Amino acid sequence: MRQAITNKNPFLVTAGILVFLACLPLVLPKFYVYILSLIFVTALLAMSLNLVVGHGGMYQFHHGVFYGIGAYTLALVLTKTSLPAWIGFAAAPVCSAIAGLLIGLFCVRLTKLYFGMLQISLGSLIWAIAFRWYALTGGDDGIHGIPIPGWIASISNSYYFILFLLTICLSVMYLILHSPFGSTLRAVRDNPERCEAVGINVRFHQLVAISIATFFAGLAGSLFVVVEGSVFPDLLFWVLSLEVFIMCLLGGWFTFAGPILGAAIIVALRTFVGVYTEYWTLILGIILILLIFFLPEGVMGFVEAKIKDRRETATRR
Amino acid sequence: MEWSESISIAALGSHLLVGLSRAMILFIVTSGLSFVLGVLRVPNVAHGSLYMIGAFAAFSIVNALGGGAPGFWAALVFAPLIVAGVSLVAERALFCHLYEREHLMLLLFTFALMLILGDLVKMVWGADYRSIMAPEFLRGSLPVFGSPFPKYNLFLLIVGPVVAVGLWLFSTRTRIGKIARAAAVDREMVGAVGINVSWVFAFAFVLGCFLAGLGGALVAPTVSVTLGMDHDIIIEAFLIVTIGGLGNMWGAMVGSLIFGITQSFGVLFWPQFAIVFPYAAVVIVLTLRPKGLLKSVW
Repeated sequence: MRQAITNKNPFLVTAGILVFLACLPLVLPKFYVYILSLIFVTALLAMSLNLVVGHGGMYQFHHGVFYGIGAYTLALVLTKTSLPAWIGFAAAPVCSAIAGLLIGLFCVRLTKLYFGMLQISLGSLIWAIAFRWYALTGGDDGIHGIPIPGWIASISNSYYFILFLLTICLSVMYLILHSPFGSTLRAVRDNPERCEAVGINVRFHQLVAISIATFFAGLAGSLFVVVEGSVFPDLLFWVLSLEVFIMCLLGGWFTFAGPILGAAIIVALRTFVGVYTEYWTLILGIILILLIFFLPEGVMGFVEAKIKDRRETATRR
Repeated sequence: MEWSESISIAALGSHLLVGLSRAMILFIVTSGLSFVLGVLRVPNVAHGSLYMIGAFAAFSIVNALGGGAPGFWAALVFAPLIVAGVSLVAERALFCHLYEREHLMLLLFTFALMLILGDLVKMVWGADYRSIMAPEFLRGSLPVFGSPFPKYNLFLLIVGPVVAVGLWLFSTRTRIGKIARAAAVDREMVGAVGINVSWVFAFAFVLGCFLAGLGGALVAPTVSVTLGMDHDIIIEAFLIVTIGGLGNMWGAMVGSLIFGITQSFGVLFWPQFAIVFPYAAVVIVLTLRPKGLLKSVW
């Protein structure tokens, strides 16, 4: 019986989850729909990070910057220009991807911790500029009351818009990761020297992965504007980047859907624990430590390992 | 763009001194981070939180002892010791069980520690802004280059090099310092000759955190002590360690000088974007010397 459930066509399972999620705004109060939208946006961000961290093996320590660039791009298009909104939605991921490529060009010359450190300094440079350039970005206040186009202004409409885009993005990511490119990327992660030796251009593959990931991060940033209607420099700050990093590790960074779970756990924790106590980061810290000690593969990794065990014992019988 | 008009030599000189004294604080904090990074190979994200605890502890000690010179000296001694105690507990209770794990997991652990310590500070000291006064003989200013220069900053200019020399003597002249340096280079060999590597790590971690606490106690009279200090310092400390060369103490000194001086000259030349300058300097250094200016112990 259990085997029958786990062996069902994953396509059907996904479709079922989607139908379920699409029905939720009909029954849930508005606040929960808003929280779900926020989870979707954060999940897209975490998934995009996992492309480079989990599958590419690069220490992308400052991914939040690209999220912030996407958010600021859309916000600036909507507030400072009279261009139609779709241009903003198109420009956000493209600008992020360009920034990702430029920063990546510097970073891929280095490895591991040095890669991460250089990225943090380049990212902090962008944060510092946004933090101080009052004329353009509103400085430390950010930009508030961004006019969201009418057709996605209501909470349930924006929910469907975000769910739609999230579905498309996740499908594209799935296809990318299961393409020859995805396999090569994982090969580069596991043994860059050998890849270099058999003629794979390591840096090129890393750069493409970074560009793709930052593209999706920028899209997630523009969706954040749809949900919140404001942008602020904290979106570009390194604390957010580390938080997203944690989501990947928490959910399980060697699994496909792990980061979604990690994002959901952290956003939900912040929202619901934050209601009861102002010390929610203390609770997050304790949960993280428990996780490190007991579930080092992440929640999803743990679940997948369990399912695999069950299957193996079932077939042995 | 608002370039300051007529930058005089005196202004340059006094900004240089401000930058240097800032660099001394950065050096004391960063050398601790660098020491931990060199020996344990762990980027300790919680280092900034320990610095913050040092500053808050100094505040409490100074207030408890009535704000005079004895309170200040007591704070300089006991605040770092309190921080060292906290780190010893964290290390022996939790961290020491993780050394065999993946690198990112250690990073994750220190991040969790940062979250926990940040909230504990909020619980103990609250979210208010605090400030303490330097003792009587370090208040006021002396004329340097024709413009007044705070005495406390001159004091920092003395303390910084003293700590640097002390740390250098410690790591080259004492047995435990030599063992720690050896563990940084080849930990398996150190274990093979019969030294308890776990305790060497504990010692290095606690010493690094002690320096964070000392930095916090020293910075307390010059800034408002508040939550969020940890976030500000840790990223600077990491960048300094990286441009200096991971685990290299003199690299931490060079990096701190670059960071402190570009910061204060940024204030002089282009105040609005002053915070951009040090990051730009880091980018330039890492572009030219990807592995840092001095030799890394990794």
